[in-house]
Amino acid sequence: MLELRKDIFADERDDNLNEIGKGTQRQDMLGHVTGTSTYFNDHKLQGMLHLKVLRSSHAHARIRRIDTGEAERSPGVRRIIRGADVPRNLNTLLSLINFGKDDEPTLAVDKVRYKGEPVVAVVADSDREAFEALAKIRVDYEPLGAVFDVEEALKAGAPVVNETYPKNTFTYYEIYDHQKLRFGDVERGFASADHVLEQRYQMSPIEHAPTETNGSIAAPDTNGRYVVYTSTQALFFSLDTCAKILDVPSNTFHFIGGTVGGGFGGKVDTLTEPLAILGAMLTGRPVRYIFGREEEMQYGPPRGAERIYLKDGVRRDGRIVARKVRAYFDSGAYTRLSSYAVVKCAAHLPGPYTIPNVYGDIYCVFTNRTPATAMRGFGVTAMDFAIECQMDKLAHLVGMDPMEFRILNAYRDGDMKAHRREAKNTALIECVQVAAEKAKWSLREEFKRMSSRKDGGGERAAVPVTATDPLKPARPAAQQRTPYDRPPRPAAAPEPPRPTPPAGSPTPAPQPAAHGAIRFSSVFGSRRR
Amino acid sequence: MAKTALQFRHNGRDVAVFVEGGVNLLATLRDLVGDMTPKFGCGQGGCGACTVLIDGDAHLACLTLAETVEGRSVETLDGLKDGPNLHPLQRAFMEHFAAQCGYCTPGMLMAAKALLDHNPQPSREEVVNAIAGNICRCTGYEPIINAVLAAASGGRARA
Repeated sequence: MLELRKDIFADERDDNLNEIGKGTQRQDMLGHVTGTSTYFNDHKLQGMLHLKVLRSSHAHARIRRIDTGEAERSPGVRRIIRGADVPRNLNTLLSLINFGKDDEPTLAVDKVRYKGEPVVAVVADSDREAFEALAKIRVDYEPLGAVFDVEEALKAGAPVVNETYPKNTFTYYEIYDHQKLRFGDVERGFASADHVLEQRYQMSPIEHAPTETNGSIAAPDTNGRYVVYTSTQALFFSLDTCAKILDVPSNTFHFIGGTVGGGFGGKVDTLTEPLAILGAMLTGRPVRYIFGREEEMQYGPPRGAERIYLKDGVRRDGRIVARKVRAYFDSGAYTRLSSYAVVKCAAHLPGPYTIPNVYGDIYCVFTNRTPATAMRGFGVTAMDFAIECQMDKLAHLVGMDPMEFRILNAYRDGDMKAHRREAKNTALIECVQVAAEKAKWSLREEFKRMSSRKDGGGERAAVPVTATDPLKPARPAAQQRTPYDRPPRPAAAPEPPRPTPPAGSPTPAPQPAAHGAIRFSSVFGSRRR
Repeated sequence: MAKTALQFRHNGRDVAVFVEGGVNLLATLRDLVGDMTPKFGCGQGGCGACTVLIDGDAHLACLTLAETVEGRSVETLDGLKDGPNLHPLQRAFMEHFAAQCGYCTPGMLMAAKALLDHNPQPSREEVVNAIAGNICRCTGYEPIINAVLAAASGGRARA
């Protein structure tokens, strides 16, 4: 239960926040209309150098040799940066909350895993000189078979995209290759249904295309610190990520940001700061690294592609009795945030409806495509598109009005959701009623009278008898742990089933982080019950 | 590389800089003049964030060779205010919530100023046409269109 400690600072706080219905000016509006809002790239620093990266021309290839000799002698070049120059050249974004294994280098070393992956960085006096030097770098690639389709990537014999995850799937709780949701018995549900509808849906990657491209400027500051102006949407997250990759205490950095020229989720991946700072460390000069428009559109991370299979059983009276979901999230070549999107998707099933039997298998799959990231509602957006298309088709199948069909199946206060949390403050019925009214769509009287606050709970609050799946074999030895992983824990939660740990195998103590970034408590470890 | 002397009027003041051959007006304004109000969004004429006025007409600074503005008048958002007083377009943008992230705003305002300077009472369609080359990825076009129309009907667009 959330507790508001209103006694603290009671004398300083005004609780009469009567703001609704009144216009309130944005605090940054005057800056925006006068052009004085300071974006990262509006800082002009004395002696600033320019960093550009050479990107992979292959979707999947082994790097045999990198020759930077001619580039080093190119006019204006101050420094060439290669993977070996990056203190900790392997990271995964969510390692800061101990979720996932380090799987992505800042600069590729042995292999490139998507077209456009950064391989070498050049720091030069001007953009032009940096580009000219890039053109003189020779990389000898040995092309490898690539896989671009999530279901192809899961087939036996598919190319291994990322050796950290040799099955081409993210690994949950050390052993699971996907997220499962089991609630009731879908097969029995299908048997009791009058109609069963199975459909396939998919969504392509979507680029955020912010008007300001990703970028940052890093400059040596006093006391051995570095000031970093950045376009990031996640200032402190980026700061700690840089502390980890560059292997320095996080108080080495003073990050300045917050004025972002459009993000929408495309500026949370700490894409430019580590190399800009490293460039500043290696040259002792301010260094700017900004994406061009082509880089932003082609190699900036998009909302990931998804493929979704839905199978629903519906009765003649309009009640959905079973929903079975199989979905594949295309993470691209590295994890970034897709592993989390899958968790969010599983928790969202079966959508805002009360369905007595639900079954979900959601996979985070690695392919040789551009790594995917956050974007407005990611994890839920494509699944909701699929579910709502399916709802229209189901309504048609049973001859019901699609709005009334949604009201009939909507969750209500007190209902048990498939992930075993009681539904509270539900409002789908009211949303549909208002939408129908605005669209001048006539609803029958009984549907106008329905309410999210009535007729929920009771039988609908029960967790049905649910069979559990047999346990799959343990994780392959090839998947190495990193200091950022949670230590293995003995089985505590009843679901999903886990083997009883063999007697006398103590839980290893958590290892201290080998770098300066702060270790956060594990959100994902403490939330399950 | 040899540099060329370049003189032009920048928001009513004479400026002189030395530019390399092939340098565009956007880089010249930002890096040499120090006017950060025109923004870089694409460098290929696709987004309109760098829109400035050259002799009163809207141009994309990223596609304009710096040397072509020799002796001409360049106006940017930095010169839109009249001393401490906001231009009617700026006031209208504030009042109509016509900016979110703010990155397209300098280009939008200059495109709108070019319109109102030539056509003080535009129709809605003419406003839409005037900002058709300016992308707002926060998708706030409606408030922007309303703000331009409000500034026009305020009757003091030509400040």
